[in-house]
Amino acid sequence: MITQLLERLFSGRPKATSGQQVKQRLKFILAHDRAAISPPMFEAMRQEILAVVAKYVDLDEDSLEIRLESDNRYTAVVANMPIRPLRGEDPTEVAPEFASEELTLTGPTEPKLEEPSDSSF
Amino acid sequence: MSRTIVVTSGKGGVGKTTSSANLGMALAKLGRKVVLVDADFGLRNLDLLLGLENRVVYTALEVIARECKLDQALVKDKRQPNLSLLAAPQTRNKTAITAAHMKALVDVLARYFDYVLVDCPAGIETGFQNAIAGAKEAIIVTTPEISAVRDADRVIGLLEANRIKDIKLIINRLRPNMVKSNDMMSVEDVLEILSVKLIGVIPEDEQVIVSTNKGEPLVLSEKLPLAGLAYENTARRLDGKEVEFIDLNAPRDNLIARIQRWFAR
Repeated sequence: MITQLLERLFSGRPKATSGQQVKQRLKFILAHDRAAISPPMFEAMRQEILAVVAKYVDLDEDSLEIRLESDNRYTAVVANMPIRPLRGEDPTEVAPEFASEELTLTGPTEPKLEEPSDSSF
Repeated sequence: MSRTIVVTSGKGGVGKTTSSANLGMALAKLGRKVVLVDADFGLRNLDLLLGLENRVVYTALEVIARECKLDQALVKDKRQPNLSLLAAPQTRNKTAITAAHMKALVDVLARYFDYVLVDCPAGIETGFQNAIAGAKEAIIVTTPEISAVRDADRVIGLLEANRIKDIKLIINRLRPNMVKSNDMMSVEDVLEILSVKLIGVIPEDEQVIVSTNKGEPLVLSEKLPLAGLAYENTARRLDGKEVEFIDLNAPRDNLIARIQRWFAR
């Protein structure tokens, strides 16, 4: 009793109680149960999603988040994938050799799309 | 209007049979005609908890096999005549019992009783499928433990898939002191995770074992132990009454509490 009190007073930060731990574990495993996908399968899916998205945009890998979330018996895959800000390129700054008078419009231009390498797209 | 309710949990040992026995007895005390059906074929126990084991002659199996009439198999409780038991066979014989058999059986019982409570076996196999076959409502029994809650969640999913939408929850064996010290999930925690309607919270109580030893459900005790009171309240809620939940954190046996109780009489 006293040692517990002392521990609580002098330990740096409060430890997660077993009650909090069990709730976290349960929420995690239930999200996977409800979606019928095992954590390793989910990790494989995560990697695949990331690979696809990273093909098109520059992802900030440090703050990526793809996880299962369960609320009120509904489960969703929640993804938060911040795109890395463009650095060292100020879009308002016009390159000197690219002065406006040199630009002429010759007709409607189509944005050139890169051909997807995979034929199934 | 008769109600057929399956009492189930997924995990074993969380108090399904104890809850069935006490709810059945408490509803009977309220004046309802109740039949308890033990659907745990091969591992029957409900007769023991009710203290009726010596009076079981025929079981659900003989009824299904048409070897006896339904009323011959019903054991009427002498302490509480509103309560009857249809026992499960203790040996599984060749006659395969199907979900259709169980549904027919429960449907007939519903004509004669206000409540048909089906005590489901543990697990989610055939026995579970049979037990839920005739039920329109379900009571899930769980304890505030990770494995029990996980199994309860699975069972809720299965019940919903079987078109049983009216699902209520009993949280059994709660230890208020452990909840207080954050070493056990609270009622709120479990509800947040399972998202079903709460109908009862039963505190851990040594008297449960004593009552099982005697074959006398808690709610029959003259001086109701706390768990017995909790079961009685649960039965009244099930019967449609508004009953406040007991404050399990209230000091129960100090002087002030005793004086308060004395004045409350």
